[in-house]
Amino acid sequence: MKELLLGNAAVARGLYEAGCRFASSYPGTPSTEITEELSRYGEVFCEWAPNEKVALEAACGASIAGARSFCGMKHVGLNVAADPLFTASYVGVGGGLVIAVADDPGMHSSQNEQDSRHYALASKTMMLEPADSQECLSFTKLAFELSERFDAPVIVRLTTRISHSSGTAETGERVSRELAAYEKNPGKYVMMPAMARARHSIVEKRLAEQALWAETAELNNVEYFDKKIGVIAAGICYQYAREALGENASYLKLGCVWPLPVEKIRAFAAQCETVYVVEELDDFIETQCLKHGVKVTGKALFSFEGELSQKIVAEKILGRTPPFLQTDITVPGRPPVLCAGCPHRGLFYVLKKLKVYVSGDIGCYTLGALAPLTAMDSCICMGASVSALHGRNKADPANAGNSVAVIGDSTFVHSGITGLVDIAYNNSDSVVIILDNSITGMTGHQNNPANGLNINGEPAAAVNLEKLAEAVGIRRVAVVDPFDLAETERVLREELAAEGPSVVIARRPCALLKSVRHLPPLKVDRDKCTACRMCMRVGCPAISFVDGKSSIDAVQCVGCGVCTQMCKFGAIG
Amino acid sequence: MAVTNIMIVGVGGQGTLLASRILGQVLLGRGYDVKVSEVHGMSQRGGSVVTYVKFGDKVFSPVINEGGADIVLAFEMLEAARWLPFMKPGGKLVVNRQRINPMPVITGSAEYPDAVLERLAAAGADVKAIDALDLALKAGSAKAVNVVLIGALAATTDVPKEDWLRAVEQTVPPKFLEMNVNAFNAGYGI
Repeated sequence: MKELLLGNAAVARGLYEAGCRFASSYPGTPSTEITEELSRYGEVFCEWAPNEKVALEAACGASIAGARSFCGMKHVGLNVAADPLFTASYVGVGGGLVIAVADDPGMHSSQNEQDSRHYALASKTMMLEPADSQECLSFTKLAFELSERFDAPVIVRLTTRISHSSGTAETGERVSRELAAYEKNPGKYVMMPAMARARHSIVEKRLAEQALWAETAELNNVEYFDKKIGVIAAGICYQYAREALGENASYLKLGCVWPLPVEKIRAFAAQCETVYVVEELDDFIETQCLKHGVKVTGKALFSFEGELSQKIVAEKILGRTPPFLQTDITVPGRPPVLCAGCPHRGLFYVLKKLKVYVSGDIGCYTLGALAPLTAMDSCICMGASVSALHGRNKADPANAGNSVAVIGDSTFVHSGITGLVDIAYNNSDSVVIILDNSITGMTGHQNNPANGLNINGEPAAAVNLEKLAEAVGIRRVAVVDPFDLAETERVLREELAAEGPSVVIARRPCALLKSVRHLPPLKVDRDKCTACRMCMRVGCPAISFVDGKSSIDAVQCVGCGVCTQMCKFGAIG
Repeated sequence: MAVTNIMIVGVGGQGTLLASRILGQVLLGRGYDVKVSEVHGMSQRGGSVVTYVKFGDKVFSPVINEGGADIVLAFEMLEAARWLPFMKPGGKLVVNRQRINPMPVITGSAEYPDAVLERLAAAGADVKAIDALDLALKAGSAKAVNVVLIGALAATTDVPKEDWLRAVEQTVPPKFLEMNVNAFNAGYGI
């Protein structure tokens, strides 16, 4: 049956049809929907793991048990999962093991723009790259076959435009697969020096065999049209080039980006006058071409930064730009904002008021860095708020009483806990604020180990954040409601003044959760409003200035009351 | 058939994703090759959002670039202005008269431009403006703005109305169906 499927949903469909039995992932844009969609099939065990390292290790275990297994993540998640990846490559598989990693060129929702293809090279792991939803489905199924054939994990690399584009795909039936029999084999599964040396030889031999396979594999496809221009591309970049150049160029479309079919590339290049490598982010394919003596043009034309497009390809290769409409209107930017009723707003307002250094983290609350709240000083990666605060406070103890870390519940479980252990164990004078909104918010509302629900919405064990903090050695633990500005300020002042580490849990569920009851929208009494604009300092998108007075948009307002507390004239109620 | 390019632009939270899904379903049902490109993640939090819908015999790139859009469906006036350079000269612009202030306007560091619709028309866009919020409220909910706008877009195409209604039926929860059908009809009738 032909269906319109999101790239990620097509990967999920491929997993389902291939008889995948186990999937463990951590949510991360643009990869989240793969596991979310897969969980809807019911026949595959799916879970949100606390982080990508745990997820990949769980998938390795399921593979050794003989199940076709899966683990999905965004590009930065693969950094977290890199440790098991490199050794999973040595260990190989029992049942097929497929890893999906979604890169985010252009950083639509990410903190960096790293190119995951380097991980395939570095870990000596085969990597496939689909170019549309149909290929997301078929390459995922193929990846399981290749994983079992070569006794190795296989990575499916996606990018935002593939993951988040819907296209037509032919769906089929699920082939159910029994567990492959487990045989005790320490030489293969126990990686200590003597065994790992032997496995490394196998890995090198395997990579050569995979390269040989890639030379004739159908997914590395040549289309000859005009041979003046030859394009080598994979994934979304093939689509950009194909749309921009049409039949004025010939194409080598690579479905397998590691290992590369070097002889096929050489033969294609020999047929074309000028050969371009069109690739986003790094010069991965180009470098390999040059290494093997194939003359190509790539990053001399195309940027290492951001996304490419059909327009960029046409401009760079053909020197053509299409006509477009222009206006003299100066269009103000529209940056993302914390939602109306967001529980983080009150907390960030208090932090701004206290003028503290805020060590930030990854999540919706990173938006607290933007105007008018501007209450964040650093944000590096998941979990870094906690450990970076510890380092700062050890390096500059004089300012320790004037600094905090902010981290969401899901991010804290992901990789904040170990940082908190560091704070307790090495005793820094640090205040860690856990923003517990009962959900993984930014990625689109996934349950997590701290909210008491599993991926299917069923009751599950919930991490008790207070007890956990106490158990790792934090003596001062407080809980506040971030909607209560005065109380939040009082508790924070107290903890900042106190000696030794503290944890403050700012607890209030995300306003977008269906279980959260909204109060009636608030109104501004125009007679009482003095136009002091204090209410606007909290950066609520529902509040604006209309005819010289504050005004609240009844559609957006959920009645949280934070602005009411800001108004000294009792004009909001 | 050559590829037709449609953009749906708006503010995160306005329901542009649902609109693009209805559009995708309709076009798939007509037998076209279809690609719909969405934005997830951070910009959904009240930021500027855009969805690309492309259909024809064969679609390659899922995105639309400057000078590429045949039709732009704008859920908000400022967003129509932001994405104007993505329109082909003479392209159709279906725009909701709603104004949603972005944070720089709220904080006073920027101004919301005047006479947006007139200036977009002067730039060469074929502008069709509607009060979608008003029509949605009359249909029963402010949240139906997206379906009103899909109705307005539908009326500019030659796809039969029944196809659209069937897609609405397949996409919205049954208990909101009647309200959404009313919203669609309100937009279609403009």
